[in-house]
Amino acid sequence: MSGMSLHKKLEENAGLLIFGILFVSAIGGLVQVLPAILQDSLNTASANARVYNAVELTGRDIYIREGCSVCHSQQVRPLIAEVERYGPYSQAGEFVYDRPFLWGSKRTGPDLHRIGGKYSDDWHRIHLIDPRSVVPRSIMPGYPWLAERDVKTSDIQAKLRALQLLGHPYEQADIDAAPGQLEGMKEIDALIVYLQMLGSFHAEDSADGHSENQSGAH
Amino acid sequence: MATGQKYYYDEIVRQLVLFSVFWAVVAMAVGVYISAELIWPTIDFGQPWLSFGRLRPLHTNGIIFGFGVSALMATGFYSVQRTSHVPLFAPRLAWFVCYGWQLLILLGGLSLLAGWTSSKEYAELEWPFDIAIAILWVSFGIVFFGTIATRTIKPIYISNWFYGALIIVIAMLHIVNNLAIPVSLTKSYSIYAGAQDAIVQWWYGHNAVGFLLTGGFLGMMYYFLPKHSGRPIWSYKLSVVAFWAFTYSYIWAGPHHLHYSAIPEWVQSLAVVMSLILLAPSWATMVNGVMTVSGAWQKLKTDPALKFIVLSLAFYGLATFEGPMMSIRAVNVVSHFTDWTIGHVHSGALGWNAMITYGTFYFLMPRLVGAELYSVRLANIHFWLALGGTMLYIISMWAAGVSQGLLWLSVDETGELSYSFSDIMASMAPYYALRLVAGLVFLLGTMLMAYNFYMTVRGRATVKMQPPAVDPVYGMTSEDATVGALRVGTLGAST
Repeated sequence: MSGMSLHKKLEENAGLLIFGILFVSAIGGLVQVLPAILQDSLNTASANARVYNAVELTGRDIYIREGCSVCHSQQVRPLIAEVERYGPYSQAGEFVYDRPFLWGSKRTGPDLHRIGGKYSDDWHRIHLIDPRSVVPRSIMPGYPWLAERDVKTSDIQAKLRALQLLGHPYEQADIDAAPGQLEGMKEIDALIVYLQMLGSFHAEDSADGHSENQSGAH
Repeated sequence: MATGQKYYYDEIVRQLVLFSVFWAVVAMAVGVYISAELIWPTIDFGQPWLSFGRLRPLHTNGIIFGFGVSALMATGFYSVQRTSHVPLFAPRLAWFVCYGWQLLILLGGLSLLAGWTSSKEYAELEWPFDIAIAILWVSFGIVFFGTIATRTIKPIYISNWFYGALIIVIAMLHIVNNLAIPVSLTKSYSIYAGAQDAIVQWWYGHNAVGFLLTGGFLGMMYYFLPKHSGRPIWSYKLSVVAFWAFTYSYIWAGPHHLHYSAIPEWVQSLAVVMSLILLAPSWATMVNGVMTVSGAWQKLKTDPALKFIVLSLAFYGLATFEGPMMSIRAVNVVSHFTDWTIGHVHSGALGWNAMITYGTFYFLMPRLVGAELYSVRLANIHFWLALGGTMLYIISMWAAGVSQGLLWLSVDETGELSYSFSDIMASMAPYYALRLVAGLVFLLGTMLMAYNFYMTVRGRATVKMQPPAVDPVYGMTSEDATVGALRVGTLGAST
C-alpha cells in the first residue's frame, strides 16, 4: 500500500514523472551499454587492421550511399555453415576503423565481409553494372551510373581530417596526396577497390582477446 | 495557466491526422514498389533514386516518422488536452511542431532518395536533419509537458506517461546515437566505430521500436480504448506496474539484434534475459486492454473502429511474444538476417501500429468535424482488407524466413554446404509474390480509409470543444472522484 501511495505522488507531479522516466530508462544504458562500448576488446585493432586509404574510403562511402548494407551483411557468424560459405568469422578488431559499422541486419544477398579476392575486378565491374549478365537469377539492382560518374575529389581531405580528429592515424602526407589518388577514377573503380580489400583486416591469431567468447568456429 | 483560451486546439489534431494518413499511403506505396523490385529487379529503370537501397530507408522512415509520429502527435495532443482539462500549452509552438515535422519528412525523404544517409537503421537521415529532429522533438515535449503542467486536475492519467516516455526516451536515444563529426552538409562520420557503433545503434534501434512503436502507441491505447468502449481500464494498478517494468526492461534488450556477432557475449546474454522478462509487462498490458473491452463485445458487431483496436491488441500480443522468442540464441541463429525478421516487424507495424491507429482515427475523425463517418460499409471492408493483408504478409515472410535460415545452415553428411546462396534466394520468388499481393491488399484498405476521411471532413469545420466546467466530479477538491473518473475513462465525456 505504501508503494502505491508513494506512486500517487509521482502520478501528480509532472517533474517527478519526467525524472522517474529518465532515470529508470537510463539504467540499462549506463549499466550495460556504456561499459560494453568501453570494453578494450572492442576497441583494439586486429594485427592486420589499418585505416582505409583515400580510394577505399571513397568506395566505402559509395557503398553507404547506395544502401548496399540494406541487403548485404558484413558480419560472418561463428557457425560451421557460415565459416564454410563465407570464410573466417568476423572479429571486433577488424572493425575499429569502420564509421559507421556496416554489419547489416538482412541478407537478401550474401554476406560480403570476406568477398575480397574471390572474384576478379572485371567480374565485379560487369556484375555491378548488370548483375544478371553473370548471375542470371540474381535479384540485385544494377548500378550503371557508377561507371559513368567521376569520383568526387573535393571532399576527400575534409573526410580524412574528420577521421583524424576521431583518432584514425592519418599522416599529413596521406591527406595531401588524397585528391591525386582519386584523379581520373570512376565511382565504380573506387567501389571495386573497397570490395576487393574486404576481409584483409582479418588476422589468424587474433589479438583482440575475444575468441574465447565465440563458439563453434574453426 | 491558459485560462484565456476556452477551446481545445483540435484544428492541429485534425491536420496531423490528415498528414499521418497521407504519409501512410505514400510510405506503404513505396513498400509495395520495393517488394515488386525484389521480384522484377529491373523496374528501377537504372535510376539511382528508384534503386532498392535508397527506397527501402524511405519506406521505413516514412512509416515510422511520417505516419507513426504524426499519428502520435495528433493523438497525444488530443488526449493530453482532455486528460488535463486545458487547451494546449504554447499553441503556436504546437503549430510549428505540426508543420515543421511535415517539412522535415518531405525534405528528409528527398535527401534519402539523393543518397544522403548515415546508413544506421531508422536513423539514416544526415546530421542537419538530426538537428532539426532534435529541435522539433524538444518543442513537442514543451507543448506536451507544458499542457500537463498547466492542468486543472491533480492526477496525470496513464496515457500521458506513455506519451511522456516516448518524448523523453526518444530524445535521449536520438541524440546519443546520432553524434557525429560533419564532413559536409550531406556527410558525417559517427563518433562510434565498429562494434561500439553497433551496440549504440541497436540500443537506439531496438528502443525506437520500444518507446515509439510500442510505448507511444500504448499511450494511444490507454486513452482511446476506454473512451471508445465506454469501459474503465480493467486494472489501473496493473497498468502502473506494467509501465515501470516496461520502461526499465526494454532498454536492455537491444543487443539481441547482434547475436553471434563480435560484441561481448555477456552483453548478448543479458539482452536475452531482459527480452524474456519483457514478455511480462507486454502481456500484462495486452490482458489489461482485452479485459477492458470485455463486457462491450457487442459493440464489435457494429463498430469498425473498435474492431480495429481490439484486433490490434491481438497482433500486439503476437508480436511481443514472437520478439522474445526470436531473441533466444537458438531461434535467432535461424531467424537472423532472414525475411522472418521482416515478417516480425510487419506483424507489429501492420497488425499493431497501423490497426490501432486506424481504429483511433475512425473514432476521431467524425468527432472532430461533428458528423457521421461517410461510410461505415467502406470501413468494414477496410477492416477485412487490413486483416487479410497482414495475415498473408506475415505468413509468407515467416515461411520464407524459416526456409532461408534452415537452408543457409544446412550441411550434408560430408560437412559440405547443401545449397548455394543463389539457389536459396531463387526459391524465395513465390513467397515474395505473395508478399507483394499482401502489401497491395493492405495499401488498398488504407486508400479506402483516406477516401472515407476525405468525404467525411470535406467542407466541414472542426468542432470547437471546451474543457468541462469544474464540477464535483472533476474538480481539484474532490481528488478521489477525479482519479475515479480518470480510471473509468469518462474524462472528456462531456464532449
